[in-house]
Amino acid sequence: MATKVVERKPLSLAERTFLPQIVSGLRVTMKNMFKAPVTLEYPDERPDIPPGYRGVPTLVKDPNGREKCVSCQLCEFVCPPKAIRITPAEIPEDAETAHVEKAPEEFEINMLRCIYCGLCQEVCPEEAIFLQDIFSVTGTSREELVFKKDKLYALGGTLPDSHFKWDKKKADELAGNPHH
Amino acid sequence: MVTDSLELVIKAFLVIGAVMTMAGYAVLLERKVAARVQGRPGPNRTQIPILGSIPVIGTFLTRLGVFQPAADGLKFLFKEDPLPGHVNKFYYVLAPMAAFIPAMLTMTVLPFGAITDPVTGATSPLVLADLDIGILFILAVSSLGIYGIILGGWASNSKYPFLGGVRASAQMISYEIALGLSILPVFLWFGGSLNLFNVVQGQSQVWTILVQPVSALIFLIAIFAETNRLPFDMPESETDLVAGYNTEYGAFKFGLFFVGEYTHIIIGSGVFVVLFLGGWTLPFITLPAGLFGAVLSVLIFLAKVFVIVFFFMWIRWTLPRFRYDQVMNLGWNKLLPLALANLVFYAIAIAVIEQLN
Ligand code: SF4
Ligand code: SF4
Repeated sequence: MATKVVERKPLSLAERTFLPQIVSGLRVTMKNMFKAPVTLEYPDERPDIPPGYRGVPTLVKDPNGREKCVSCQLCEFVCPPKAIRITPAEIPEDAETAHVEKAPEEFEINMLRCIYCGLCQEVCPEEAIFLQDIFSVTGTSREELVFKKDKLYALGGTLPDSHFKWDKKKADELAGNPHH
Repeated sequence: MVTDSLELVIKAFLVIGAVMTMAGYAVLLERKVAARVQGRPGPNRTQIPILGSIPVIGTFLTRLGVFQPAADGLKFLFKEDPLPGHVNKFYYVLAPMAAFIPAMLTMTVLPFGAITDPVTGATSPLVLADLDIGILFILAVSSLGIYGIILGGWASNSKYPFLGGVRASAQMISYEIALGLSILPVFLWFGGSLNLFNVVQGQSQVWTILVQPVSALIFLIAIFAETNRLPFDMPESETDLVAGYNTEYGAFKFGLFFVGEYTHIIIGSGVFVVLFLGGWTLPFITLPAGLFGAVLSVLIFLAKVFVIVFFFMWIRWTLPRFRYDQVMNLGWNKLLPLALANLVFYAIAIAVIEQLN
C-alpha cells in the first residue's frame, strides 16, 4: 500500500512563542462579542414553524363551521401506534347536514401515543384531520393528554376549503340529481 | 488614637466591601463575556421585585444581569452545606478559609489612589497599610493561597481533588520564580524601593510597560498561572479532573474558593496596573488636588483594573487549556530563562544609564 509521509515543518520562532496565534484568536473572539446573540429565548420568542410541519394532530371544521370528519375510521385503522379512538354516531334525520349521515360522537387522540407520523392526515378522505404547528404539549396526568373531540376542534380551528363537497352534493340532490 | 483606629476600620470595611462586590460582578462579567463570545445573551432573567419592575431601567438592568450576583450569592448561602463522610473534616473545613483569607489580605497593601494635600502639595497614597515592602508582602501572602488549594485537594480524600492539588502546587512553584524575577527590573528602574506608591509616582510620565514590555509579558503570563486561570487552570481542569481540587466542595465552602479565585484575579490585575500601567496616574495629566482628585484617581485605577480583568476573561474564552507537561515546559524552559535574561539585561542597562548620568 502506498503511503505518503506528510512533511511536518518545524515551527518557526514566532509560532513557538504562540503569541501571533493568541492575538489572532483574540481577534476572532472580540469580533464575536460584537455580533448579536443567536439565542432564541424560547418561551418569550417562538420559532417560525415552516409549512408542512407535523405538530399535534387536530380536527378542523370547514369555513361554514360544519365538522368535516365523517367518522369513517380510516385514520383510526392507519394510525401505527393506535393513538386514535373514534366512537361513530349517526347524524339525526332532522339536522341540516343529515345527508352526511355520520359524524364522530367522540374522537380521542392519545398524545402520549401519537408519533406525529402524519398518516392520519394523509389517509383522511375528508381533509378533516391536520397536523398543525402546535409542538409543545404538556399536562399533569395521562388522562389530560388524551385529547377529546372538543379540544381537538379547539386546537384545529378552521382551515380554508376549496371543495365544499357536501354542500355541492346537497345542491345537486335538490336539483334532482341524487347521485352526484 | 481611638478615632484613628476607627477610621482604619471604616476604611477596611469600605475596601473589603468594594473588592467583594467587584468579585461578584467579575463573575457576572465572566459569564457575560463567555456568553457573548459564544453568541448567547448570558444571564438576563434574575429580577429584584421593586427595582426590576421599573419600566425601562428595570428591564434594562435585568437584561444586563445586574441582579445575578445577588442570586448567586444567596444560592451559595442557602444551599445545604455537605460534609462528605470520607474527608478529613478539620482540613476540609480549613481549606476554603485558607484559600480565601490570603486573597483578601493582599489588598491591604495595594495602593488604589492618591490624595494630594491642597495646602502643602504633598501626595500620599490611598491604601490600608503603606508598607515599604509592599510587593514582597503581596508575593508572600498571595502564594499562601496555594495552601488552601493543596489542603482542599488533600483533605477531600479522593483522587481528582488530590491530582488537582498536586498540580496546583507544582504550577505555583514553577511560575512563582518567573513572577518574582520579572518584577525585579521594575524595582531596579525605580531606584530599588519596594514601595508600590513610589513605583506609581515614578510612572507619571511613561508607563513601565513601554520601557519593559518583556517584564510585563512575563508578569502577565505568570499571574495567569498564579491565579489558576485558563489556559493554566491545571488545578481545576474540568475536562480531565471533574472540578479539580474543589470537586468535593459545595455550597458556601465552594463559594469561598470561588470568590477567593476572583479576588485573586482582581488583586493580580491591580498589581499589574500598579507596576506596569501607571496605577492611578494618566500621562501628561495632573489630577486636581483634594478630595475630587482622590476620587478621580480611584476611578482611573478601577477603570484600568477593569480592562485587565476583562482581558483575563477574554483570554479564558479564547484559548484552550495547556497540557500539564506543556505548562511545566513553558514555565521552566521558556519563562524562567527569559525572565533571567530580562533581569540581567535591565540590570546592565540601568547600571550603564546611571554611569552616563
Ligand atoms: S378524521 Fe378523516 S379519516 Fe378520521 S374518521 Fe374522520 S373522516 Fe375518517
Ligand atoms: S400522526 Fe400518526 S400517530 Fe399521530 S394520530 Fe395521526 S396517524 Fe396516529
